[in-house]
Amino acid sequence: MINDWTVTFLVYRQKGQEPGHFDTFKVEVNPDEYVLDAVERIWSFHDRSLTFAHACHHSTCGACGMRVNGVEKLTCITPIRSVTTNGGTVKLEPMRNFPVVSDLVVDLGVMFRRMESVGHRPVLPLADEPAPTPAKPPRPEDLETIRLADCIECGLCISACPVATTTPAYLGPAVLAGAQQHGLDGNRPLLALVDCKDGLWRCHSVFECSSVCPSNVDPARRIMDLRKQVLRARILRFFGRD
Amino acid sequence: MSNLRNKPSSSNWFKWFDPRRRDVGTFAFILNRLTALGLTLYLFLHLIVLSQLSKGPEAYDAFLKLIANPIYMLGELLVIVAVLIHGLNGIRVGLTSFGIGVSTQKQFFYALMVVAIICSLFFAARMVIG
Repeated sequence: MINDWTVTFLVYRQKGQEPGHFDTFKVEVNPDEYVLDAVERIWSFHDRSLTFAHACHHSTCGACGMRVNGVEKLTCITPIRSVTTNGGTVKLEPMRNFPVVSDLVVDLGVMFRRMESVGHRPVLPLADEPAPTPAKPPRPEDLETIRLADCIECGLCISACPVATTTPAYLGPAVLAGAQQHGLDGNRPLLALVDCKDGLWRCHSVFECSSVCPSNVDPARRIMDLRKQVLRARILRFFGRD
Repeated sequence: MSNLRNKPSSSNWFKWFDPRRRDVGTFAFILNRLTALGLTLYLFLHLIVLSQLSKGPEAYDAFLKLIANPIYMLGELLVIVAVLIHGLNGIRVGLTSFGIGVSTQKQFFYALMVVAIICSLFFAARMVIG
């Protein structure tokens, strides 16, 4: 692998309650590497105090979400070539709308708790999988469960959502997509959770959530579908048929 | 201990108007908010104008002379543009909000804005030519 590009990384730094600032690191990279590879190199060879989250390196764990040049990206699958040029700059910031724990790491706890409250299941029994039949039949070992809705709970959609920026109580795209995946059928507590001013009616149709989602969950489409489900439930309730 | 400055807050309202590196949806969102603010301002101005009626025909005629000025005509054109953008984009938001055209919402927005531009040019020409 040839490191034939020199890229300047502007990395957001913040420890505890101190004010945030940017540190500059000039790093030799291969343009076909991923942004996370460069962050690891900065940590390895430039500054061991840099804090960032990562695990799987293949877009499954959802830990390495950051803002790269102002756009939410899963850094383990974002090629350096796609965000800068040789001699260019890459600005790395933590995701918005979550408290910063340290440097590029944010506290996703609120989102995880909300996703649990709507009954989001990261994996589903195959029989419950609402997606169309896959092109290839699943292997026998995959028959019991299958990774379904692809939501890796990275939080990028909540970071990109302008409404989530101003409204702490808003459930947010990932949580509402989780509720849609769970389905509202006869689930009154879930219906009450999403059918409120800080639930799905807070969405202002900006569609940034779907734009930045690295996993094709398409939260915006799911929120709109959830609205249809809620309307159906309201109409049924009006006619006393719920 | 986490830093709370990155948390959601109503004081972040100005970030709604930052379109840098965002997708088409953000531009539509910002346009709808700006045109809504503009039209609300216009509504109040309109009420002030109407209140001139109560001051007698002379006061109203004087006001009509004043707004024959090209700057006021430009203002009127801006109102028409704002109504077109806000109304057409509102149709898009209303339809997509209930699942219609979600997968083609970007193309939907472009098409409606082309309609808004064509209509704006038509009204501008009408105002100039008479």
